Amino acid sequence: MAKYLLLKHYRGAPAAVNDVPMDQWKPEEISAHMQYMQDFADRLEGTGEFVDGQALAPEGAWVRYDGEGRPPVTDGPFAETKDLIAGWMVIDVDSYERAVELAGELSAAPGAGGKPIHEWLEVRPFLGAAPCITE
Amino acid sequence: MDEALLRSLTPSVLTILVRRGADFAAAEDAVQEALVEAVRVWPAEQPRDPKGWLVTVAWRKFLDGARADTARRRREGLVDEEPAPGPAPAVDDTLQLYFLCAHPSLTPSSAVALTLRAVGGLTTRQIAQAYLVPEATMAQRISRAKRTVSGVRFDRPGDVATVLRVLYLVFNEGYSGDVDLAAEAIRLTRQLAAQVDHPEVAGLLALMLLHHARRAARTAPDGSLVPLAEQDRGRWDTGSIAEGVAILQAALARDRLGEFQAQAAIAALHADAPTAEETDWVQIVEWYDELARLTDSPVVRLNRAVAVGEADGPRAGLAALAALDDALPRHTAVAAYLHERDGDLTTAARLYAEAARKAPDLAERDHLTRQAARLNARRSR
Repeated sequence: MAKYLLLKHYRGAPAAVNDVPMDQWKPEEISAHMQYMQDFADRLEGTGEFVDGQALAPEGAWVRYDGEGRPPVTDGPFAETKDLIAGWMVIDVDSYERAVELAGELSAAPGAGGKPIHEWLEVRPFLGAAPCITE
Repeated sequence: MDEALLRSLTPSVLTILVRRGADFAAAEDAVQEALVEAVRVWPAEQPRDPKGWLVTVAWRKFLDGARADTARRRREGLVDEEPAPGPAPAVDDTLQLYFLCAHPSLTPSSAVALTLRAVGGLTTRQIAQAYLVPEATMAQRISRAKRTVSGVRFDRPGDVATVLRVLYLVFNEGYSGDVDLAAEAIRLTRQLAAQVDHPEVAGLLALMLLHHARRAARTAPDGSLVPLAEQDRGRWDTGSIAEGVAILQAALARDRLGEFQAQAAIAALHADAPTAEETDWVQIVEWYDELARLTDSPVVRLNRAVAVGEADGPRAGLAALAALDDALPRHTAVAAYLHERDGDLTTAARLYAEAARKAPDLAERDHLTRQAARLNARRSR
């Protein structure tokens, strides 16, 4: 009964095994990939383990406070060096092992040639606010 | 509208339906529908016999469901042969329900969800809110759990230990959403204790009461953790403490020690001390020895090291700690505390910061970060 974040990256993760950019896939391969993700989410809702999932656009900016009375600074021309999160899924599972098992399944989503992408997904536990019973 | 009454009636109404031949999953659905109906109707006029009312409505819902479901014609035949519902029996045999909802074939999270719904009478929405998951997800978790146990015979006694574990999990979840799970766990454990004469049930109830009694003092208004030694003991609930201690003493007198009684004994020694300095750490160490013997849990040994540090000084605590695997959760935090007590502030500050990075929850991480910051500020002065 712990929540984990599965993070999918556009950039910043180690290279996938089947590392072909998505725009080089056949349209039906893209559809198969999307369907796999949707089925995965549906199945987790069925097992009572799904919490949330969202995709993120690749365009993002670093933003910083620039002092009293000034507009915030944005990072401008260096965006291509950033790690980029492509999307996330939040799951609520009984163990860390289960979280890793599910991340492994998600990483097997089909890519170019209908073969699994073997992409790297990041698995991060949530910090809860569980009261400490032992003192 | 008495929601507490409604919830307390849930398990016995469900048990009556199952006794009359409804299968568990369908009966559970029917009871939930009856509860919803009660919430709608009762504010205008509460029935004189609330339990009888619920049984009648739930049974009607069950029959409607069974009739509407053409694939279940066979059961419909069975239902028609049943005598018409009479008055609700006065005997409460909901104990079976506790066993069923804590059945070993369920995962811990499923057992917790099913217990809260079938025994606790909470709605799926309330349970989903309490565990911060979508209602659809919780609904699926509960219906899978119901399917898992639907083949389990209802008339066999189960293992009290599994029930206690589930109630303990509920208690530890604490508070989020509009349902206080700690209070709910206490209520369910109280009901269980009224039905089953077992010193460990009493032990768990005492443990929960003793912990709950100190809850108000455990966090500052800004949500940060207040360590035991710094808690305002005037904010402890003395009524709960007295009740917990009395229940524990009666349980211990029966001389069938278990881990919950031992944990409750430790909590009672903390709760009994008028000031942190007057805590009987020597006796606490002895209870941790008992607990270690009963559970052989590394977490217990870690807590024991803290107690040894208080009873025999930080060096003794560090020696006890050195015997344990440093990968244990909170090992680093304990080491930091003992080094601070021993006067080695540099090491303590470093270890507090390291422990904060490994902390399993937010309040604890922030607390440990503050400890590191406090020591660092003192050293740089």
